[in-house]
Amino acid sequence: MSDLLKIFLKSMLVDNVILVQYLALCPFIGMTSDTGKATGMGIATTFVIILATAVTYPLYYCILVPLQLQFLQTLIFILVIAALVQLVEFYLKKSAPALYSAMGVYLALITTNCAVLAVTLNCIGKNYNYVESLVYALGSAGGFLLSMVIMSGVRERLEVAPVPAFLKGKPILFIAAGFLSLSFLGFSGLIK
Amino acid sequence: MNKNLGIFTNGIIKENPLLVLSIGLCSSLAVTTSVFNGIGMGFSMLFVLLMSEIIISLFHKLIPDAIRLPIFIIIIAAFTTIVQLVLAAYLPALSEALGVFLPLIVVNCIIMGRVESYASKNSVPHSILDALGMGIGYTWVLTAISVIRELVGNGTLFSTRIIPEAYTVGLFSKAPGGFIIFGLMIAITASISKAVENKKKAAAKAADGAQGGAK
Repeated sequence: MSDLLKIFLKSMLVDNVILVQYLALCPFIGMTSDTGKATGMGIATTFVIILATAVTYPLYYCILVPLQLQFLQTLIFILVIAALVQLVEFYLKKSAPALYSAMGVYLALITTNCAVLAVTLNCIGKNYNYVESLVYALGSAGGFLLSMVIMSGVRERLEVAPVPAFLKGKPILFIAAGFLSLSFLGFSGLIK
Repeated sequence: MNKNLGIFTNGIIKENPLLVLSIGLCSSLAVTTSVFNGIGMGFSMLFVLLMSEIIISLFHKLIPDAIRLPIFIIIIAAFTTIVQLVLAAYLPALSEALGVFLPLIVVNCIIMGRVESYASKNSVPHSILDALGMGIGYTWVLTAISVIRELVGNGTLFSTRIIPEAYTVGLFSKAPGGFIIFGLMIAITASISKAVENKKKAAAKAADGAQGGAK
């Protein structure tokens, strides 16, 4: 149990997907202009990351390993994720139109979100078992959601802050992200 | 000829994928802790981009529009796998250092973006030029970031010590340094291109004034 908690905290705080591992920077910069958008994107991505891990893990160990096709990992995983996102989109459209209208726009973008592919590949690379993989996926996704929400808050403050003219726009976002990342480095002693 | 040159240089500065368009950022910050990794990643990316653009511009008339995205992804993933296997076989140290970011070339927005917006509409030679321009644009920025980060953060260049260890700022080889340096680089590029534009405008104005005076 404490092992699982360790994996969860490590993937969420110590190895935060965005701020420490530099994954999924595109939505981090593109979708954090207001908190609502950032939360929507974060929740949609969380859902896809967990689902993708739940599907690709058995696929790797039950199909690719027995057939010795491990080298097709990247190709198969990205196809499965793309197909999965499409299926979720269709399902939501039919059965939960309200949720679809809130989440639908983000779903299409998630296919090319590197955090999803990276988490599924990492689960294999780190030799986790199925439960550990799911916990790792949950932690990473939680870390993603957390930093998206924090960043959107920072951006709302930045709008009224006196920013030097030559840093206005994107540069200040990266520098702010740098300081956020600095504070996340503080978690690095949390888990040995 | 001039137009071809324009296509080529477009990606290097004017529409630099990283500094101006801000796409494909993840890999560029993650692997630039040392110059060797930065250049290795740059060239891996250049290869995948070039091959995908060639194949897709060759076959774009045959690919049905409705399912073009999955087909693009398969083509890109195939070339990424080739790079992965070649690096694992011949440069195991590099492949180890790049880690998960090597397979992540598949989801790099630069490739998908160029393939969708350029290669699927243009001829093969033009696509090759576009891929080379974009790829070199990506590689030089990666090299620049990694030179700064390795020099300031580690005090080394290509693993040879240049600055004594006591004078290095370890922060820059860690995650926050990457963000900060990248932010500053965008700011510098933007202000240079603004200055150049202003100069052009001033020159045009001066020329206008001279013409008016002659009349």
